[in-house]
Amino acid sequence: MIATTLVLAAEEGSGSLLLPPFYDVLWSAVCAAIIGYVFWKKVLPVFTRILDERTELIEGGLKRAEVAQEEAAALIEQYRAQLDEARLEAARVREEARAEGQTILAELRAKAAADAERIVQNAHRQIEAERKAAEISLRTDVGTLATDLAARILGESLSEDARAARVVDRFLDELDENLGAPVEAPGADSVRGR
Amino acid sequence: MLFEGTAFELNRIILVRILSTVVLVTLFLVAARRARLVPGRGQNVAELALDFVRVNIAEEIIGKATARRYIPLLTTIFFAVLAMNITGVIPGLNIASSSLIGFPLVMAVIAFVAFIVVGIRSHGALGYLRTTLFPSGVPWPVYIILTPIELISTFILRPATLTIRLLVNMVAGHLLLVLCFAATHFLFFEAAGALKAIGVVTLAAGLAFTLFEIFIAALQAYIFTLLTAVYISISQEAH
Repeated sequence: MIATTLVLAAEEGSGSLLLPPFYDVLWSAVCAAIIGYVFWKKVLPVFTRILDERTELIEGGLKRAEVAQEEAAALIEQYRAQLDEARLEAARVREEARAEGQTILAELRAKAAADAERIVQNAHRQIEAERKAAEISLRTDVGTLATDLAARILGESLSEDARAARVVDRFLDELDENLGAPVEAPGADSVRGR
Repeated sequence: MLFEGTAFELNRIILVRILSTVVLVTLFLVAARRARLVPGRGQNVAELALDFVRVNIAEEIIGKATARRYIPLLTTIFFAVLAMNITGVIPGLNIASSSLIGFPLVMAVIAFVAFIVVGIRSHGALGYLRTTLFPSGVPWPVYIILTPIELISTFILRPATLTIRLLVNMVAGHLLLVLCFAATHFLFFEAAGALKAIGVVTLAAGLAFTLFEIFIAALQAYIFTLLTAVYISISQEAH
């Protein structure tokens, strides 16, 4: 193989090294033309296009990222504003609630005071009514008691009906005259006046 | 040889040249077809290679503003030269298909035409000749020396050096490898006794030169493309 190479080299070197045979130039030109055509028309346009596309993609990506970042910043600003607003709103609502609570408390207090007043007045009225009822019942009882007491003191003398009736009537008249005065007083007066 | 005697003669170097063209074109067509916005592993490698030409050669030398127009040309030159060079170390091919003068010559002519066209486009035909042959800022008697030098260096030496640099690098690399491996073969199988041991040395040298040739293949492709970019840049700028 190597020996063959040597022989071939010798054969090929038989002409002058610097004087090209025509077929050599022809085939060189054909090969160069093919390589040139393929690179010029087929290979380089593809790679140039891809290179441009890649550049564009990267630039586009960078631009998109920038836009996204700006949007995010705007959104954060918006959220912050909304948060501040919400905080103010909350404070306002709390303030309102406190004021309202105080109003309600005051109302309730006033109502309670009114209720208490009413209850006291009712009690007073009831006491007055009871006092009057007691006075009326006492007025009858006192007559009986006084009669009983007088009968016991005077014995038989007062057991006569006519006399007894007269004494009682007079006593009751005296009581009527003194209407409004304490119950015990007329009775006691009449007893002492006897 | 195939088609011997016609214009389409095919010897081994031409076959290798066609093969490497097909492989290079197929690789990049597949990469381009599968290219996605988010690159896979293969696409990353393809983009790395293309970006090397685009950023490290075109944009760095010509400038970012105008480099875009020349990227297809520079990319074609770089990958064509690299593909032709690298066959020198691929087992079974074992010959750089740029080690026959036709290919370096065609590449140099392309670069030559490119920088002249760029110059004419930038300054007009006469303007380009004037800025190239009569650079401003020197007293007129200097033109007597300067103009012939500029003429030779720009329109003869530039394409000639591009061609010869690539050609002889590849030829020399091939000769070195052949020498090393042929010597190893001879020493191992035909030399007598202790001489066989020297074969180990030549084998090691052959392996080292193989690695070196990989480096040279990439380096020459880089230099060729870089110089083309430099020439375009010079043509483009006003002197």
